[in-house]
Amino acid sequence: MSAADPSMIAPRSITGAQPALIELNGVSKRFVKPLDVAARIGNVFGAAIAEEVVHAVDNVDLRIAEGEVVGLVGESGCGKSTLGRVAVGLLAPSGGQRLWRGEPVEQMRAISARRAQLKMQMIFQDPYASLNPRMRVIDIVGEAPVVHRLISAKQQVEYVGLMLNKVGLDPTLMRRYPHQFSGGQRARIGIARTLAVKPEFIVCDESVAALDVSIQAQVLNLFMDLKAALNLTYLFISHDLGVVQYIADRVVVMYLGRVVESAPAAKLFNQPNHPYTKALLAEIGRVEPKKRKFAPVVGEIPSPLHPPSGCHFHPRCPYAMPVCSETSPALIEVSTRQWSACHLNTVSNTAGR
Amino acid sequence: MSEPVLRVEELRTHFFTKAGVVKAVDDVSFIVNRGEVMGLVGESGSGKSMTGYSLMGLIDPPGRIVGGRILLDGIDVIKLSGEEMRQMRGNRVAMIFQDPMMTLNPVLRIDTQMIEAIVAHRKVSAGDAHAMAAAALSKVGIPSPEERLSAYPHQFSGGMRQRVAIAIALLNKPDLIIADEPTTALDVTIQGQILYEMQKLTRETGAAVIWITHDLSVVAGLADQVSVMYAGRIVEQGTAEQVLGRPRHPYTRGLLDSVPANNARGARLKQIPGMTPSLLDLPPGCPFRERCSYAQSDCARTPLMRPLTAGQSVRCHHPLA
Repeated sequence: MSAADPSMIAPRSITGAQPALIELNGVSKRFVKPLDVAARIGNVFGAAIAEEVVHAVDNVDLRIAEGEVVGLVGESGCGKSTLGRVAVGLLAPSGGQRLWRGEPVEQMRAISARRAQLKMQMIFQDPYASLNPRMRVIDIVGEAPVVHRLISAKQQVEYVGLMLNKVGLDPTLMRRYPHQFSGGQRARIGIARTLAVKPEFIVCDESVAALDVSIQAQVLNLFMDLKAALNLTYLFISHDLGVVQYIADRVVVMYLGRVVESAPAAKLFNQPNHPYTKALLAEIGRVEPKKRKFAPVVGEIPSPLHPPSGCHFHPRCPYAMPVCSETSPALIEVSTRQWSACHLNTVSNTAGR
Repeated sequence: MSEPVLRVEELRTHFFTKAGVVKAVDDVSFIVNRGEVMGLVGESGSGKSMTGYSLMGLIDPPGRIVGGRILLDGIDVIKLSGEEMRQMRGNRVAMIFQDPMMTLNPVLRIDTQMIEAIVAHRKVSAGDAHAMAAAALSKVGIPSPEERLSAYPHQFSGGMRQRVAIAIALLNKPDLIIADEPTTALDVTIQGQILYEMQKLTRETGAAVIWITHDLSVVAGLADQVSVMYAGRIVEQGTAEQVLGRPRHPYTRGLLDSVPANNARGARLKQIPGMTPSLLDLPPGCPFRERCSYAQSDCARTPLMRPLTAGQSVRCHHPLA
């Protein structure tokens, strides 16, 4: 139950002994709004106006083993997309370390960093906004592999055809523009573009959120088929717990920039430990034709500009104690491979649990 | 049983485009009783939103209601003049839209927008209107309503904005509320809060609600009756227990099977092959037959809605057992 220094132990034992494909150690991402001229002038005269800082991601450890599917869930504004972008390398972390197959990416030589970076790719949420409307499918999918010299320009047509086949699109459509496709087909084009550079690790940021359920099922099946065929590793970011429960091996729950719970999917959905996880699970969509009493979590996610003191969840938490507003709880292993950051786990004789 | 609040009979809304006629709503009939929630379910392009817009008289050219009757408390809404329709809209029937940022005016304070909706329909003093607006805000669970009344929409969070939109819809105590995907843009915890408020409000006010959504889990928890739309037509109708518990139309079955939570972890999701057909010059016959694993040669004939058991009807030649 207790650990001497959980921040040191947490990343190593979360996934057991498997080697990590990608590892984030104590990663933070801060966004700072610089002071404007008026505020700087004001400060000269002693106004003491501080810069506004958002801790989008706050000291997060994440280890993803090869072939694993990690689901990352949380409400909007919890920093899950930012963490995904840091993991894939689209955003540089403000603090902490990012390791690819055990090697810190920041310290790699330029050429190997570039090579490692190519193995990490992202699939975005909106199949409408993430495809250039002025490019034909052949260029959308075929540009990057040519640029990165994975194929020669002559092989492009054949290669793009191969990629489109892989995602279940008719290769004869490769001369078309994105607007000539439906939402589900566009999602497939986005996936083909990602696969074209032969990635090993893919961050899927709400990649099925914009799709109808029947199309969503087709795309989720495609994700799982591709994982099996190409030995892919996914970080699957979603607010839809039903989707995450279905697809993920392990689930990480974020709240206001911090990881509050991390556990194997089966465990997290059956025996959630953190009160926030429990609250989220209570809202999970079940198609049971039964009039349901909606018993909502009170309040909303607070502004990350001014996060609550101590445990970020305490203003909404039904079990909040005085200590919760004072110190922030550390992630500790509450049962095998289940990590939770809640003071209730360290206080003995907790009532109401 | 008393007369239903809303009776829609063979409603047809077509769009006359250069490329051809799009039958967005084609022979849609249903009734909604007082205090009841009817879930109108379908995928994008199935015509569910256009059905809602037709009821509100919000169809713009090239679209037109070409047939059918919409009886709200016995009055045929389609026959109303523009002015009579305007009097009814926002008063007897109100609509809540998906994105509250699009429906609230960003440059007007909340109280201005709410009081406008009140004085448009009845003669009340400014003070009374203000008090009614504050009462409506507190009814939908907005803390310190008096202060919040003088705020602008951008000062509210997404969930709070949707509460304001619901409060505006409730102002004139409508008989019918049409909610078009009102929780789709919200987080699950906030969605839970909004659904809780709606459930409470329908119980208190006795208003009938048409809840338009693609999310079967929302309908499962909230609706009394469910109508499933596909390609502009209702393909299955019944109580929530009947339609979601024992679907008889292959499309409803397929939709339910596609929901990840209904599938075992790691197993392949059961998917519906293909995609929704274009509504432009839809050929006769069952529009689902191309994707249906039960389709037979007689599916080329257009099926009619037919009752199966008490309360449940289906538009299919070969309903499931």
